Amino acid sequence: MSVAKLQVRVEEVVPVNELITRFRFVSRNGAPLPAFSGGAHTVVEMEDHGTRRMNPYSLMSDPSDTRGYEISVRRDDQGRGGSLFMHRHVRPGMEMVISNPVNLFGLDTRAKKHLMIVGGIGITPFLSQTAQLARQGGQWEMHYAARNRALGAYMDRLTGAYGDRVHCYFDEEGDKIDLARLLATQPIGTHLYVCGPKGMIAWVLKTAAAMGWPPQALHSEEFIAPPTGAPFEVQLAASGKTITVGPAQSLLEAIEAAGVDAPYLCRGGACGQCETNVLRHEGEILHADHWLTDEEKASNCKIMPCVSRFAGKTLVLDR
Amino acid sequence: MSLDFKPGAFNDFFREETFRGDFTYRNSPHNIRRFPFPFDRDDYMYAVNMEPHVPGRIGSVFEKTFDVDEHYVAEMIDRAKVLADDPLRCQSLPHMTLAGWDLLELIMESKARDYPEWFSLEKNGNRWRWINRPLGIDHSFTFLDEATLPYGPMEYITRQTQGDFTLQDEREGTLWMDAGIATSQADWSVDFDIGMSWHEWHAPVPLAHEMGIFDRALKFLLKLQHGAPVRRFNWTMTVNPLLDTAPETYPKWGPTKTSLTQENLGQKQHLRVELQTLYRLPRSNAIAFDIRCYLASFDELMTVPKWARRLHRVVRDIHPDLATYKGFIRNQPAMVEWLSKYDDGKPTSPGWWPEEA
Repeated sequence: MSVAKLQVRVEEVVPVNELITRFRFVSRNGAPLPAFSGGAHTVVEMEDHGTRRMNPYSLMSDPSDTRGYEISVRRDDQGRGGSLFMHRHVRPGMEMVISNPVNLFGLDTRAKKHLMIVGGIGITPFLSQTAQLARQGGQWEMHYAARNRALGAYMDRLTGAYGDRVHCYFDEEGDKIDLARLLATQPIGTHLYVCGPKGMIAWVLKTAAAMGWPPQALHSEEFIAPPTGAPFEVQLAASGKTITVGPAQSLLEAIEAAGVDAPYLCRGGACGQCETNVLRHEGEILHADHWLTDEEKASNCKIMPCVSRFAGKTLVLDR
Repeated sequence: MSLDFKPGAFNDFFREETFRGDFTYRNSPHNIRRFPFPFDRDDYMYAVNMEPHVPGRIGSVFEKTFDVDEHYVAEMIDRAKVLADDPLRCQSLPHMTLAGWDLLELIMESKARDYPEWFSLEKNGNRWRWINRPLGIDHSFTFLDEATLPYGPMEYITRQTQGDFTLQDEREGTLWMDAGIATSQADWSVDFDIGMSWHEWHAPVPLAHEMGIFDRALKFLLKLQHGAPVRRFNWTMTVNPLLDTAPETYPKWGPTKTSLTQENLGQKQHLRVELQTLYRLPRSNAIAFDIRCYLASFDELMTVPKWARRLHRVVRDIHPDLATYKGFIRNQPAMVEWLSKYDDGKPTSPGWWPEEA
């Protein structure tokens, strides 16, 4: 299944704070972009001096605003280069390609209440979700932690629009979300949504599970940036090719660079689209995704090439 | 405000006909040639068989996103009658209203684009004006404001669109049939299925579970993307051109299966084909499932020699569990006897198009 894409132009590039920059895309031909649902993301394609990068970013603009889409990108100086490209090279007027919106972090609209727990740049999907709820109606409450006031992106906007529904916490001021109390005092029928650093997501989900929250009421989203690592060789059995995955390249990118068509959607280990069968391996598959179950990872019959790597002698994939 | 049709619409194209009582439904010779004959080979077994729903061959039922054919006006009148008798054929749980608006927008935009001579949509912000010339409708309303329509958005637009629809909410790694309308269904019920999950509503289907079909199809659908709809076929057999073969009314139509003879079979026995299309909806992230029913009598199908040969072979060799599930095991021998007269044993060309090899 090929990915549906949108031809866009960069309309605005706005620095938000020392780490975060916001980008606004409009369609090149002036036609409206598709509406989307709160929590959706898009995959932005970057032509970075000979390297094609494709990174998922949550859409943060009002989902009913079809004149343009907005994303916020946090600069990662240690990353593989996608966020640096966005910060350094993307300028108003540039033409880019992005995927149609995909939602892996949607609101359960039956919920009696939506409880949102946010860390840092994890705020972006909640900006579109709160815009959707403001229009549609629905009870919600947000607890948003940032390192300090300067890095609390969009806190002013949120508290200005929604007042005391939004609770802000600053690590450097010693604030901490009192999670146990918060979870203990929610009405029945509340759904919990968490997006932020890995450690925060794990803490929130574990605490909620331990307190007896039903799994279907817990929602989280984390896109994993493909990790870097030692280069490795892979045989693609179906296409009869042998490829080498570079240290800063993902396996999926290496497959694509070899001219082999491989399915994908999120490119961040969350959606499952790129799941690939492992025909033979001698070595260790370094699973990094959220998609495969622990049993599937242990069986080593499948790999998610968008984020997972390999260390060893032979890896043969059904691709 | 109401949705009274003013069909000055029966004309050289839109046929005046009935799907009940005297059953005057017929396909014109042109329409037989564009019938979506579902067998691309001489045998049949389940398959997920999905392909992108992109514009297809000119004149075929794939040419437009939502096919409008010569039966449109008559089908919409039949739907209104079914709903008047049983309003529970159309239901939408409260959290699905936004998905209903998504569907309304998708259908209005598609039809206005594909059939400008029949439909038009003017937008001024959220103030919309919708004109449906075949049904004599000219409504202005406010998008996303239910109070400005005579029905909920899903019911409003599907009373003007051929095909049954379900709207499926995505939660907990599966799909939930939380809204739907069915008046041209192959013996399933919105009233029974509403609120069920994917595996629950598919539970009665034989063989396919063991084949892993539903697990694979669900996995595929959960990744369905906005802007990339897909389609597949399904089919069954129906005696008389009855659109509304509902479980609710089985006592009325079930016994007609006993009325077939070798003399009336060609006229009464119909192949019922569903063109199923699936769309990811933008605002709600729900999935719309369109089940469009096409009916052709055996007599009509026999006018295409390739289909005549193939239909005989498929009906003769089908797995008995499928013939039972599709409700024609009782009449299978009679159908095979009748069809065999039209099969000269010659090979058939691959694919479902009517041409000879």
